[in-house]
Amino acid sequence: MSIALEHVNYVYSPGTAYEKQALRDVSLEIPQGQFVGIIGHTGSGKSTLIQHLNGLTRATSGRILYEGRNIYDEGYDMRWLRSQVGLVFQYPEHQLFEVDVLSDVCFGPKNQGLTQEECEKRAKEALNLVGFPEKYYKQSPFELSGGQKRRVAIAGVLAMRPKVLVLDEPTAGLDPKGRDEILDQVERLHKETGMTVILVSHSMEDVAKYVERIIVMNRGGKMLDGTPGEVFRHYKELEEVGLAAPQVTYVMHDLKERGFDLSPDATTIEEAADEIMRSLA
Amino acid sequence: MIRDITIGQYYPAESRIHRLDPRVKIICTLLFLVSLFIQNSLLGYVIATVFLGVVIRLSKVPLKYIVKGLKPIVILLLFTVVMNLFLTQGGERLVHFWIFTITENGLRTSVFMAVRLMYLVAGSSIMTFTTSPNGLTDGMEKLLHPLNKVNVPVHEVAMMMSIALRFIPILLEETDKIMKAQMARGADFESGNIIQRAKAMIPILVPLFVSAFRRANDLAMAMEARCYHGGEGRTKMKPLKYKARDRMAYIFTVFYLILIFVVGRFVDFKLWIF
Repeated sequence: MSIALEHVNYVYSPGTAYEKQALRDVSLEIPQGQFVGIIGHTGSGKSTLIQHLNGLTRATSGRILYEGRNIYDEGYDMRWLRSQVGLVFQYPEHQLFEVDVLSDVCFGPKNQGLTQEECEKRAKEALNLVGFPEKYYKQSPFELSGGQKRRVAIAGVLAMRPKVLVLDEPTAGLDPKGRDEILDQVERLHKETGMTVILVSHSMEDVAKYVERIIVMNRGGKMLDGTPGEVFRHYKELEEVGLAAPQVTYVMHDLKERGFDLSPDATTIEEAADEIMRSLA
Repeated sequence: MIRDITIGQYYPAESRIHRLDPRVKIICTLLFLVSLFIQNSLLGYVIATVFLGVVIRLSKVPLKYIVKGLKPIVILLLFTVVMNLFLTQGGERLVHFWIFTITENGLRTSVFMAVRLMYLVAGSSIMTFTTSPNGLTDGMEKLLHPLNKVNVPVHEVAMMMSIALRFIPILLEETDKIMKAQMARGADFESGNIIQRAKAMIPILVPLFVSAFRRANDLAMAMEARCYHGGEGRTKMKPLKYKARDRMAYIFTVFYLILIFVVGRFVDFKLWIF
């Protein structure tokens, strides 16, 4: 019950002036139920990486296994895979097209060949999961606010009942309040449904608070992989590639350098506070 | 997938042709196209081939790209060849079966026509490959500037052209993204009959139109915020100016034009029927 990548390489427009290696020998395994953050700078290959997970982009070389089966095998059902691994693109509200919210969310289940009734049931369930108010179900998706549009778009993927949810920069372009709301909602989703959630972001601060594991991408390759605490221990290397650890990491390391007896692995403000209190006690 | 369209696309490289003033490239391309029509002899085509070959070589654009650009006209090409081959009469009969007759003139015309068409496309694609869209519209604007006197809004037209050109790759990329997003939701664009396929386009077209309007709106706003008010009194950051190499290019092309004209008209050289 997992996704595994084995030595995946991907080259854009091979043989032209625009040739570019977007992924370099990436191998990783994501077990079912994990909450993973993929972090990297713009152009580090993180978006390309996640498009491999549901077969939208085909690796130039390497294998991808979903639940133990190679997705590049002859006759592999890609549409089934896409309903299992739900991918929410960056600015997903740009994909809305239906006349009202409910029918837009129904698009995914309808493509799975479900009956109208079942589609609506799942759509309502999905809209409920993302906390979308019921009174707007019949409204045009184009008349909603940015944050609400994004909820609808995420629900559009959730309605297919995927086992894995991949979100590409789900907070891009939202204000701090909208950002926290969406991320809290995702966290709740992960807890309630137990699905695997893969969160792509360039902001450490966003991710550190929620995920149990961080994968850092740099120039198409996997640079670091571990729990937030482990990854942020390399904060100097992270800085070199243009990323930063959360503010608390710096505070904790500074305190430690000045002689405080504490472990600098705290990743959230609450953890840090506890750790400082402990060392002072 | 969609990225692979080459016709009318810029090929970034450092070459003598890339560095030429866009006006030179526009005028010389026109002259080259004219040169294909003022003569119709074997030697003339040999000279045109040499000229085109030299220019392609200098431009550093891989030949593969130019050949790829010919793909869209394959059907037109075949049609022309077949039509000319069987319908042009005159000269000695070469092949004859049932109601089809191929004559000397037919073969000659169809071969020359095919070459002419291919060179037309190749010649103009060399221009677009080596000139950025902005360069092209700048050149056009400057060349057509005199028309301002007769109330043609040259600047506005040029601005519209450059915006339209600029948006082609953006909208292509957007289409690609929307297609992927809908495929992630299980959309299927490959199977079904023609009506089902047309219906399957709706989830792509609606978001694409919405996004095109949104971008147009943003751009209009951004232009107004920078006090854009049309061409009047507007100066350029990099005004076009002819340099020595541009004059050389003109001389080279005019020399080619005279050569092909004189040779095509007055030198009588025949190889078999051509």
